[in-house]
Amino acid sequence: MLELRSLSKSFGGLLATADVSLAVPEGRIVSLIGPNGAGKTTLFAIASGFLTPDSGSIHFLGQDVTGLPPHEICRLGLVRTFQVVKPFAEQSVRENILVGAHLRRAGHRDAAEKADEVAELVGMTGRMDDLAGSLTIAGRKRLELAKALATEPKLLLLDEVMAGLNPTEIEEIIPVIHRLRDSGLTIMLIEHVMQAVMKLSEYTWVLNQGRLIAEGSPQQIARDPAVIEAYLGHGLAARIEAENRANA
Amino acid sequence: MRTLAAIAVFGFAMAVLPAFGPTDFMLSFLTLMLLFAYLGQGWNILGGYGGQFSFGNTVFFGAGLYVTVITQVQFGLGPWAGLAAALLAGAAVAFAIGWLSFRYGLRGSYFALITLAFAEVFRIVANSIAITGAGAGLQVPLDPSPANLQFVGREGFYWIILALTVGSLLLAWQLERSRFGVYLIAIRDDEDAARALGVDIFRTKLRAIVLVGAMTALGGAFYGQMFLYVDPHIAFGVSVSVEVLLVSIVGGMGTVFGPLLGAAALHTLSEVARETMGDTPGLNLALYGALLVVMVMFLPKGLFGLASFSARRLLKGWRS
Amino acid sequence: MLDPILLWSGLVNGLLQGAIYALVALGLTLIYGVLHIINFAHGSLLMLAMYGVFLLFSQFGIDPYAALPIMVVGMFVLGYGLQRGLISRASHGRDENILLVTLGISIVIENLALFFFQGDTRTIDVPYAFDSLEVFGVFIAIPRLIAFAAALLIAGLLWLMIQRSDVGRAIRAVAKEKQGARLVGINVEHIYAVSYGVGIACLGAAACLLMPTYLVYPTVGHAFVLIAFTVVVLGGMGSFPGALLGGLLIGLCESFGGLFLGESFGQIGIFLVFIVVLLFRPSGLLGSRV
Repeated sequence: MLELRSLSKSFGGLLATADVSLAVPEGRIVSLIGPNGAGKTTLFAIASGFLTPDSGSIHFLGQDVTGLPPHEICRLGLVRTFQVVKPFAEQSVRENILVGAHLRRAGHRDAAEKADEVAELVGMTGRMDDLAGSLTIAGRKRLELAKALATEPKLLLLDEVMAGLNPTEIEEIIPVIHRLRDSGLTIMLIEHVMQAVMKLSEYTWVLNQGRLIAEGSPQQIARDPAVIEAYLGHGLAARIEAENRANA
Repeated sequence: MRTLAAIAVFGFAMAVLPAFGPTDFMLSFLTLMLLFAYLGQGWNILGGYGGQFSFGNTVFFGAGLYVTVITQVQFGLGPWAGLAAALLAGAAVAFAIGWLSFRYGLRGSYFALITLAFAEVFRIVANSIAITGAGAGLQVPLDPSPANLQFVGREGFYWIILALTVGSLLLAWQLERSRFGVYLIAIRDDEDAARALGVDIFRTKLRAIVLVGAMTALGGAFYGQMFLYVDPHIAFGVSVSVEVLLVSIVGGMGTVFGPLLGAAALHTLSEVARETMGDTPGLNLALYGALLVVMVMFLPKGLFGLASFSARRLLKGWRS
Repeated sequence: MLDPILLWSGLVNGLLQGAIYALVALGLTLIYGVLHIINFAHGSLLMLAMYGVFLLFSQFGIDPYAALPIMVVGMFVLGYGLQRGLISRASHGRDENILLVTLGISIVIENLALFFFQGDTRTIDVPYAFDSLEVFGVFIAIPRLIAFAAALLIAGLLWLMIQRSDVGRAIRAVAKEKQGARLVGINVEHIYAVSYGVGIACLGAAACLLMPTYLVYPTVGHAFVLIAFTVVVLGGMGSFPGALLGGLLIGLCESFGGLFLGESFGQIGIFLVFIVVLLFRPSGLLGSRV
């Protein structure tokens, strides 16, 4: 559905994305993990048109979308959320969701209906008249999701929607994401919360210093020495392996 | 719905007012106040709802004003052709300025500066070429008749400007419940978030500035018909640019009634100042400037924000 | 072809005029570089300083050059007070508000001047106003030559102050990283006000250098404010060498534009340069910040 072909991007000599290729299959929940500064958000920004890659290309639904501006990519059905959520703070939750809903619905009433529908899906029906700026972190994350959903996307790129939530709140949002997948949406997550990655994701790519270093099911990934190395630092993977051998 | 009712009540009350025999002075006062409420609404659409602060809206006002006068004086066409030409000219000037500014991503202070610079360029050009009558300006011959869009009494323009003002209120009301308006507000609050949700920022801003350009030029054109005279200073000086942003800010940016409220407050204030302190040059505008600082300092939501705040408080007090 | 003497005189006049623009723009670029705000009140504060020089001369007989220390200190205090007492309080931390507040201040100052002095133009009558020097057939007014030298000197002093002094280090720290500066114990509000004060003090100096050859009227700031913005934008916001270079370029542009196209179109040239620079190179020719 989404195919990234040898994407590279550097900022002032610093390689943020290095020759990344991957293909997101339709109807799945997949994820992108990696330590801080690995270039995950940069990759999302490139895929959604906020940044143009220095080289490589992006294909969405069989169409080359490299270099298209974000709003056109969004129109094609690829929408991203922001890690640092961006609510329209001085407007109500309803007005926030309306911005997304208007993408495919010109009429005010039509868009408002869509906004109500989405709000119900993410559990914000009771908060429609609250100011977005007055929401809690969990509320803002839901709102970020709701705005994106209101554009009626085919592929949803979620950038750390669970960071900053407590375990109960995470437990609440996981079924929401499952429901979205069941309704036919493809979802790609960036996530730090491993509990969520394990529960949700069917396939995972691991990014370190801009490069893909591993891919596979989350269970496979969790055992991959290169991944452990990237996350936990030098030499640890070798030690764990040695310990495992000694135990065996 | 309440907004719509309020607009209707306001329009009706103002429309029947001439029947109660107001003085000429009062009608002129109200006409100018309404004109600035209308022009202020133009600023409000781009600045208040869209967050793009123009410091040079007079460029549209002046374009409309000059084009109406020039079509009549230099080309001998009637005022109706002049109005149509003014509307087109305002839209075209706005399109050019907007296309350049927004294509190259000018925002905030930079946008304010570039609009100011364009107004200055227009002023110098108008001051230097023959077709505008250069520094001396141009005068439309006095010949009152509806066909010439000139009236003997003051009521004619009063009603016309009132209609424009009511139209601008309806426009703002409609804006708040349209995709275009929702997008405009989203852009004001966070451009990146808006882009991520499929908003075409460039197109939306461009549409807004063209709309504002056309409506401000129309205001300028009627101003020309009222006073039958134009010179570079009236058309492209800083005063219109400042007053339109002032009425919006004083009244309440991004609200339907803000510019009207602001225009009423400012014009009343300046009239009171004239009554109490005499017709001294400068004092009036010094008051405006001080008011601008005070509003930004203490009432960033404007009079409308204050009014709705105290209304809510009253309501709360009454309920408990 | 044009007479070479005409070109030579155009060059000299352009450079002299440009130095004056640079003088006015130096303060503006400092204020932008640190506060990241656009000071719309710059032109009207210059006008105020010019009236100050005029009053010192006409009431107390103080020569404009002798008035320089008084004006610099006076304008610094005024600037410091304006920033600390009004601008920072009214802005609520939003750039748009600062824009509006400085616009409001400029409207107040300008119209109070109109109220007190009416629209008349005023000049001061110093004996050396018409002293001049002939250089290859072109007469150069001595006061304008002094202004030219002073512009270079002031740009150099500002640069030294920013680079070498303790206050300068604090200003640079605040310009670069406000929160960080606060954390290491710099009084950010004070530094903001100092920067604004120094920027306005430059206007005090500019007024003293201008008055021997210029006249003052309530809207005299208009002529300078947009040009000063042009200079700052052209030179790169926050850059002193940029302001100097930008000022000289604009002076030349006006002078040669006037020579070839007539005076009013020379002025348009300035604004067209401004618009083009804003659109295509908003970081300016020397786009470094303080």
